[in-house]
Amino acid sequence: MRYRYLPYSIAGIVVFIGAWSLLAASGKVNALILPSPLEVIRMFASLTHEKFAGYTIQAHLASSLVRFLAGFMLAAVIGIPLGLAMGWFRRLDYVVSPLFEAVRFVAPIAWVPFAVLWFGTGIGGPVLIIFAGAFPPCLINAYRGARFVDRHMIEAALTLGASDRRIIFDVLLPASLPSIVAGLRISAGLGWQSLIGAELIVVSAGIGYLMVQGQSNLNTAVVMSGMAAIGIVGIVIDVALRSLEHAVARGRGM
Amino acid sequence: MLCVVALWFTTTQATHLISTGRFPSPVDVYKAAVQIGTPPGYAGTTLAHHVIISLELVLCGFLVAIATGVPLGLGMGLDPRFEAFINPVFLAIRPIPPLAWIPLAVVWFGLGIQAKIFVVWFAAFVPALINTYTGVRTVDRTLVDAARVHGASRYRVIRDVVIPAALPHVFTGLRLSLQASWTTLVAAELVGAVAGIGHVLIVASIDIYPGMIFYGMAWVALLGAVMTFGLGRLERAAMPWLR
Repeated sequence: MRYRYLPYSIAGIVVFIGAWSLLAASGKVNALILPSPLEVIRMFASLTHEKFAGYTIQAHLASSLVRFLAGFMLAAVIGIPLGLAMGWFRRLDYVVSPLFEAVRFVAPIAWVPFAVLWFGTGIGGPVLIIFAGAFPPCLINAYRGARFVDRHMIEAALTLGASDRRIIFDVLLPASLPSIVAGLRISAGLGWQSLIGAELIVVSAGIGYLMVQGQSNLNTAVVMSGMAAIGIVGIVIDVALRSLEHAVARGRGM
Repeated sequence: MLCVVALWFTTTQATHLISTGRFPSPVDVYKAAVQIGTPPGYAGTTLAHHVIISLELVLCGFLVAIATGVPLGLGMGLDPRFEAFINPVFLAIRPIPPLAWIPLAVVWFGLGIQAKIFVVWFAAFVPALINTYTGVRTVDRTLVDAARVHGASRYRVIRDVVIPAALPHVFTGLRLSLQASWTTLVAAELVGAVAGIGHVLIVASIDIYPGMIFYGMAWVALLGAVMTFGLGRLERAAMPWLR
């Protein structure tokens, strides 16, 4: 059944790549502006062993990933406990919520000027921007998860004399785990995006920087290689977190 | 909320606990607001003009994205052959975040408005398409069959059954689209522009002017909130039966 439409899929790919190649080969568009698909693949291959903008593409990706992981971990480590605590202590909720709502509408990328001013352009600045992108989904999903925990479970724990700390870690955390993991996936996607934005503007290494250098040298093949690398890493991150999501769901017998 | 403002004032203005070179005091922000609000303004022009330029670009890209993404999603939802035709290419392009298109857009279109409209369009196009497609695919088969039994033409089934039923999903997509467009536009303006709210931020950053950075960020947030609110109103107006 699924394969019935396969000819159409193949046709779609052929038309896309064919149109691209034809346009590039026709000479109507400057080859610097639109390289052919083959040239992009060749460039990608050569970037893995030849240095561009100071490093090979793997080294650029590695430095991007380090920043990404730092910002993402920070967002998870702060956002999840804060979200759970806000779900449990009403007063904290009333204090933090309005502030959070006000800050949330600031696009992560708008933090660039302050990030540079406070932490410089090395590792601190980009990490703040990734944090700004990844933090809200962590907090919101932990909070929602905690708010929708079955009242009976909380009451049972309270009756048995559980402390606030034990309720948060032994009742709310496990019960809201699916929601939290779903939030992590969203925040990883947003964090990865914000990282690219940050690197386009402030950094001197990393995959975004590679693309900016390609852009200013009018080397479109480099820019497109960078886009491909970003897309592939984005997929890998998403697949990893999706399997975590499935693992959590399976662990809970769902 | 009041506590925070009071704390802000005392740590910056009154005690200089936090250096005003790093984080602005309320007075600094007020000064920045006055400076940019009155001619000749800041970073080339007044705030009103920056805001209008940014809003024009974001709405332009967003509308083009609706005009392309929603019909394409509708087509993909209705016809599996069309879906099979488009999907592989779409799936290959989708994981590339809109911000990653900025360098390519600059090479293709330069630093003018075309490049910005292009990236804003792309940012909004993906969620608009996906959610329209999902909306069409999740329409209750029974409703479609019922309309068919009563002799409705294919066109009428689409117009009177499929589209209204898919509309909630479409609007979910548009809300995501709008957020993505706004973020992307600000990023594109940070990378290179002659005016616009992102341009204000980058000029303020180069001048190390924390008051203006803060004020610019506040406007980014405010405009984002206003547009989201406006879309919410439109959503309720477009679907009166959900009230």
